[in-house]
Amino acid sequence: MRYALLPVLVLATLFAQKQADTKPLAEPAAVNPQSVPDKNNLLGLPPLPIPANNPQTPDKIALGDKLFHDKRFSVDGTVSCSKCHDDKQAFTDGLPVSVGHHGLTGTRNAPTVLNAAFNQSQFWDGREPDLEGQAKQPLINPVEHGLADHKQVLEIIRTDPDYLATFQSVFDVSAKKLTIDHVAKAIASFERTLVAGNSPFDRYYFNGKTDAMTDAQIRGFELFVGQGRCVSCHTIEQDHALFTDNRFHNIGVGINQIQQDIPRLTQAFLEAKNKGGQVDTMVLTDKKASELGRFAVTDELSQIGAFKTPTLRNVELTAPYMHDGSLKTLKEVMVHYNNGGVNKADERVNDFLSGGIRPLNLTDPQLNDLVAFMKALTSAWSGSRYANPIPTQAAN
Amino acid sequence: MSTIDNSRRNFIKTAGTLAIGTTLPISLVELAFAESSQNFTFAYISDAHIQHIKDNRFVRNWDRGLIRAVAETNLLTPKPDFVMFGGDLAQLGSKPELDHGAEILSALHGNVHYVMGEHDYYLDLGEYWEKLFGPQYYSFDHKGVHFVVLNSIKTYDDWTFKRWPTAEQRMLEMAGLDNPNGSPFMVGEEQRVWLKDDLDKIDKDTPVVVFSHSPLQKIYKGWNFWTEDADQVQALLQPFSKVSVIYGHVHQIQYNQIGNISFNSVMATAWPWPYPQAYAQAEQYLPKLTVPMNRADPFFDRDATGWQFINMANGNLDLNYTLYNNTSRIVRYNTDKKRPEDVAYQDEKARIVPQTHY
Repeated sequence: MRYALLPVLVLATLFAQKQADTKPLAEPAAVNPQSVPDKNNLLGLPPLPIPANNPQTPDKIALGDKLFHDKRFSVDGTVSCSKCHDDKQAFTDGLPVSVGHHGLTGTRNAPTVLNAAFNQSQFWDGREPDLEGQAKQPLINPVEHGLADHKQVLEIIRTDPDYLATFQSVFDVSAKKLTIDHVAKAIASFERTLVAGNSPFDRYYFNGKTDAMTDAQIRGFELFVGQGRCVSCHTIEQDHALFTDNRFHNIGVGINQIQQDIPRLTQAFLEAKNKGGQVDTMVLTDKKASELGRFAVTDELSQIGAFKTPTLRNVELTAPYMHDGSLKTLKEVMVHYNNGGVNKADERVNDFLSGGIRPLNLTDPQLNDLVAFMKALTSAWSGSRYANPIPTQAAN
Repeated sequence: MSTIDNSRRNFIKTAGTLAIGTTLPISLVELAFAESSQNFTFAYISDAHIQHIKDNRFVRNWDRGLIRAVAETNLLTPKPDFVMFGGDLAQLGSKPELDHGAEILSALHGNVHYVMGEHDYYLDLGEYWEKLFGPQYYSFDHKGVHFVVLNSIKTYDDWTFKRWPTAEQRMLEMAGLDNPNGSPFMVGEEQRVWLKDDLDKIDKDTPVVVFSHSPLQKIYKGWNFWTEDADQVQALLQPFSKVSVIYGHVHQIQYNQIGNISFNSVMATAWPWPYPQAYAQAEQYLPKLTVPMNRADPFFDRDATGWQFINMANGNLDLNYTLYNNTSRIVRYNTDKKRPEDVAYQDEKARIVPQTHY
């Protein structure tokens, strides 16, 4: 009997495939338009991961907010987290690379905090697994907040009775027992409120609103999942989209400029690391070492020049682009990918280029459509003080 | 700061050596020959399949695979004593392909030894290849180890010389898998006589390493994972106490032990082959498959390809595979069980769970 069924099954499968083939990839997922209200700011986002040892509470979030904006946690009293992750600039700073205390510059572009809560690792090279770990590093980095150690952070808190009272009530911890981990947990809790879904794309794709995106954006979306191959790394799932695979890829940014130096750099970097050098200090104070990317963290040859795939949500608001802020516009980014990992078509492709990067043969109008689609990923974000009512492009 | 502190601690463990991630753990080096100066490594790149399109155009994917392997090999610390190229530099054996491949390989630092693959051979029977790289079979000694390179991809003279109207067709026929017009690979009598002679001069306790393109064992005939006179070649090698055979061609990780002979395959830089188990016939003896190769991700051109460096320790081989988008693997000779073993995947429970996503 089982065999008798087989031809039927095969036919059914073929039919299903045929059906699937005829449906354009970029068509909205079949969702009842009434099922999800447009006011849902989390539309298109997965459930927010919250660590068991750091539950969200309103008081903790408020404490994190205050810490995040407090300039006192820096060697010259000018640098808060929000200096480079500015609420008014979509939690970035609009600069190619960030500026720390005394005007010192780092080597990397400040990534937005928006939706960072969903990242499986933090920093461009993924050197910390979570927001708590991330929050601790810039404070003591010599070109960021510039404090000598975390004790200085705690000393500043201990001079402020308000902070002490709040830490006491939030964490039930005395001034004496206070550690940097409490500080990090509060900041991370605040950052977990900075999430933003419900972009025109989300309403189009997850909510079935065919008029939520413009024609150019729809064409751009088709390219995004098709000829542009963007979706292979900037992923879209069935019921949510974070536009990142959380992996690390050498896409020919930064590394292209130091190709001749790589043998010397890898050797020198490992030598320095071997002698106890801190990865964050080394990569943020040395432009060339920075370009080693994920290699600096894992020592894996296959990770040379590889950086984390960032989310594309609100990418319209976070120029300039790439880990080094070297590309000013989204169009420049598209051209770089279209050339197969080089800014100019005749530039030398770097030896360590990731396998997925190759020339795409997209036309200029197609690149423009892709840029248009990027602008369909812009959305308001929640969080009481920082709610940002960005006007959406396609009224609905 | 946990991540950073951990990585630093790991480095302190290997203090004194500058170990790049995928290079040798220091313990391996210390285990090796009693005379530690006799320990060495060599790198192995294989199966690049450089393919000419026309004029100055070559298939980009195969180019990038070889370029990347060369660049990474050049970063190895400690420096490998030499580099092997395991055959199939070209796709259809043409001069442009061999020239282009040789040019990419010329970026390698240090000595390179070459093995002949069928894709290099069947157009002009190795004539141009010889001009570029030297003899098709030879031996050399290095730090107490006797290395032998064989051209194992020859076949019956009748097939080679009498069957085909053109050299191009001969090349194409041999390049196919499961091709009824194909013919099994063999080392052949001329080389077997030479090999016997060559080995007669070597003390039986000298470690011997043989490089061939095809497996010097019989795995699957339809894909020429096969050498017709493997048994006769093995018979010449069995008297030695430590013998290793390294072969390319199969584009996947295989290992096996037959008597005194350890067999290891190397990865391709071009593309992966699946394991031909489904095609196995009753009389064939597949080496133990310890971890299935996941289907390569077609987006990541380098997925399921790689290259390897090889640690020569106590006259046995440890193969360290660098695999893009995949976890690096080590196949090490187990001196108790007297056979090569994948260090991670021997235990059934330790195997990679088959991919279910998509």
